[in-house]
Amino acid sequence: MYRQASRLLVRALGGGRPVGRAFSTDAPVAPVEDSAFVEAWKKVAPNLDPPKTPLSFMKPRPPTPSSIPSKLTVNFVLPYQSEISNKEVDMVIVPATTGQMGVLPGHVATIAELKPGVLSVHDGNEVTKYFVSSGFAFIHANSIADVVAVEAVPVDHIDPSLVQKGLADFTQKLSSATTELEKAEAQIGVDVHSALNAALTG
Amino acid sequence: MATALVVVLMVAVIGGSDAAWCVCKSDKSSSTLQKTLDYACGAGADCNPILRNGACYNPDTVLAHCSYAVNSYYQRKGQAQQACDFSGTATLTSTDPSTSGCTYPTSNRDLSPLGTRSISTQVVRNRMKSVKNIQKITKAMKMVAASKLRAVQSKTENSRGLWQPFTALLGDTPSVDVKKNVIVTITSDKGLCGGINSTSVKISKSLYKLTSGPEKETKYVLLGEKGKVQMVRDSKNSIEMTITEVQKNPINYTQVSVLADDILKNVEYDALRIIFNKFHSVVSFIPTVSTILSPEVVERESESGGKLSDLDSYEIEGGETKAEVLQNLSEFQFSCVLYNAVLENACSELGARMSAMDSSSRNAGEMLDRLTLTYNRTRQASITTELIEIISGASALTG
Repeated sequence: MYRQASRLLVRALGGGRPVGRAFSTDAPVAPVEDSAFVEAWKKVAPNLDPPKTPLSFMKPRPPTPSSIPSKLTVNFVLPYQSEISNKEVDMVIVPATTGQMGVLPGHVATIAELKPGVLSVHDGNEVTKYFVSSGFAFIHANSIADVVAVEAVPVDHIDPSLVQKGLADFTQKLSSATTELEKAEAQIGVDVHSALNAALTG
Repeated sequence: MATALVVVLMVAVIGGSDAAWCVCKSDKSSSTLQKTLDYACGAGADCNPILRNGACYNPDTVLAHCSYAVNSYYQRKGQAQQACDFSGTATLTSTDPSTSGCTYPTSNRDLSPLGTRSISTQVVRNRMKSVKNIQKITKAMKMVAASKLRAVQSKTENSRGLWQPFTALLGDTPSVDVKKNVIVTITSDKGLCGGINSTSVKISKSLYKLTSGPEKETKYVLLGEKGKVQMVRDSKNSIEMTITEVQKNPINYTQVSVLADDILKNVEYDALRIIFNKFHSVVSFIPTVSTILSPEVVERESESGGKLSDLDSYEIEGGETKAEVLQNLSEFQFSCVLYNAVLENACSELGARMSAMDSSSRNAGEMLDRLTLTYNRTRQASITTELIEIISGASALTG
């Protein structure tokens, strides 16, 4: 009864149209198939069904809501598993190449490249930290954040002594490197290990 | 007398069951038939009866001589079906082509002359043995495919999240109109897996037709031995590169990204179209095409307000320029989509192989049942004959 009150009130005041409009565009029927493609296909191969496209296997994403939602929806995927899928959290901090970037609901749409560093997911008082190697983060206008990484491990799975050893190894390799390729490889090793070290100590 | 009649009857029954002759087709030209005749006589057929003054010299036509020669060859090869082909000039028949005075041999008369009646059961027994062996092999292949499938399927299902962020961001643009198209066809290295490879190839060829046009260039990149074999025949000039033995080791992301890098380095593209069979269930696979645009095309489309107009509203962090980030993004997208596609196709291949091997084991089982029935009937008949012989012999002595 009270749930409907505001809507009824708005309608009574003659402001029903915007609400009605919003309702009608609320869930647009996502075009599952690209009709231009299907038509072109029918012309060249009338006897063969057109192949499916990835969009038809995906749940359509919701449109941008008019008000900022209280939670951020996060997808965090790796090649071998989906770490977080469609989870609602308060905030994520991603290690962008330009620096750590905090993402809250309503963040401006962004494409960010990631560097080796700590990705932390804040949900209430609970904080989950992952060390990610590299990848991309897409933040959409509808408060959905997608993080795609090549490799990620929870920070508490990392052995500090091995990190120290690796860091020392690569620093030594960097100093003794002769070719450009060796130098670049050692530099990557040093970068990753110092990031790991920072993640453990920080 | 009665005994002899029974024996003759029995031979006729056995002979009637699987007697087969090989004859030349009458619609072929006589020069073709002459070639077949020469080949058969040279390769071991008994051609003496068709020489002048031989029993089968009349009727003196190339067709009749050719038929006699190919039949002789076919019988001497133990009635193997492929021994009666001769590049399509000969065919099998169940009606005896013999004419008066000229008898065409069939295996029963060759293999079991009158009096050695147990020999026919031996032929059936050999056949049963070979069918049983084939069944064993197909069953084993099914088991192998099933156990491999379980591992690959969980891997595939876990990798399905990987491409979704890219599709959410860059959309799905199979109808994009660009100059340089590269079709990446994913097929398997090994056969015996139903129609998944020919589906991939068919879809690729249609997509080639769809994307080609004046001032456009479409090239193929083929993954897998089977796709290569099928494509090489008619699209040799459009094949840019081929990659095989992708599945020699268990598929992992590193390996696929090296592969993706290799493809990106060696081909110039405006749009990459990956074709693969998406795994749906063990018996159903969905041919799918994923489109990946080059960074230049992505930039052009987003700026001109085409399909990617939403992309213009995104802020871009990192990298020196927007183009650099887009290049990284598109290359990363390609490796991720390719990884999922390779896994999906491997999974479909194993599923298809499993169902193909299952049905061939079943077929072998049915064949074995039929052969067992024939074998038992023949055995029973020979026992009955022996009994009749003994009884009639005994009654002749006492009577």
